[in-house]
Amino acid sequence: MWQNTRSGWGWMSIALHWLSALAIIGLFALGWWMTDLGYYDAWYNKAPWLHRSAGMLLLLATVGRLVWRLCQPTPRAEGSRFEAVAARLGHWLLYLALLGVLVSGYLISTAKGSGIDVFGWFEVPATVYGFANQADIAGTIHWYSALTLLALAAGHALAALRHHWWDKRLTLVRMLSAKYARRQ
Amino acid sequence: MLTVDTLKKTATATAVTAALLPFSQAQADTYKVDTEGQHAFVQFKISHLGYSYLLGNFETFSGEFDYDPESLEDAAVEFEVEVASLNSNHAERDRHILSDDFLDADAYPTATFESTGFEPDGDDAGVITGELTLHGETQTIEMPVTLVGEGEDPWGGYRAGFEGSTILVPSEFGIDMSEFPEPMRELELYVTFEGVRQ
Repeated sequence: MWQNTRSGWGWMSIALHWLSALAIIGLFALGWWMTDLGYYDAWYNKAPWLHRSAGMLLLLATVGRLVWRLCQPTPRAEGSRFEAVAARLGHWLLYLALLGVLVSGYLISTAKGSGIDVFGWFEVPATVYGFANQADIAGTIHWYSALTLLALAAGHALAALRHHWWDKRLTLVRMLSAKYARRQ
Repeated sequence: MLTVDTLKKTATATAVTAALLPFSQAQADTYKVDTEGQHAFVQFKISHLGYSYLLGNFETFSGEFDYDPESLEDAAVEFEVEVASLNSNHAERDRHILSDDFLDADAYPTATFESTGFEPDGDDAGVITGELTLHGETQTIEMPVTLVGEGEDPWGGYRAGFEGSTILVPSEFGIDMSEFPEPMRELELYVTFEGVRQ
């Protein structure tokens, strides 16, 4: 069951969701830690390299994820009309914040026109560069959109837990198994 | 219209001025540094770990100088540099140098140099003394400069160009380099600029 139906998420969406969650938390922690490293720390160059590489993979995956999301059915939201609208808004804000972090991060590293090496496999070329203070402005956006994303993700997780334990709905389990996509 | 009368007046005025000239401040010509045509550079060279050198420059600045070959001791110069325009061909490194670890460009967006004196050494060299303000701290520095050349340009103007360099110690400007090896605790500032006579 790869594809979504109106009753549940397919494996593709589930895999992209959890891989993104893992990558986002990992990148946030790595970014937090690496910006405090001293010049003589053995990780001073390696940690940002990992952060940039994983970030670019997540950017590519996110673009794919959005395309998949837009050309696939979206499972019906459970609960009241208000909850459904709030969930929809929340999800799109999450995508927006995620794209904000990823794109601003890309714009920091490419601000002077050099591309980003991804794990030594390939290079993502610079496209928009040379603006005055680009790295600095992109850096500020990167930090605040990362904080926004983490706050939204925490709300997202709490809502999922609430729907599972309190409202006794399928919201959370639908994101854990594609079997709910089969039940029409 | 020129009349005999005005000619006489002019002649008198000229004679008076000529007589006073040795006692007055000589009027050196003012030159504007040609940043528009990019005939001016403010560069720095600093050691990396003691193994090689890192070169960078400030892309945005403006300057003016007074220069008269007949009265070199009256030479004066003023520069204003936009710190955030630093470029060492590496976006993340530049951002780091501009952060509060080093130059803190947000808090101290401009660096300035204002000369206070000039000691000529021959016809085309000398040492300029002045106040350099960097990272919010002002220090008196000396920079040996030489005249590279001067003369008419092909576009109807008159130009004079100089170069100079000096060693700066970042810690004297409140920039802590103590975690870096000895060779990285000083840097060379090199400037070369062409001015267009105003």
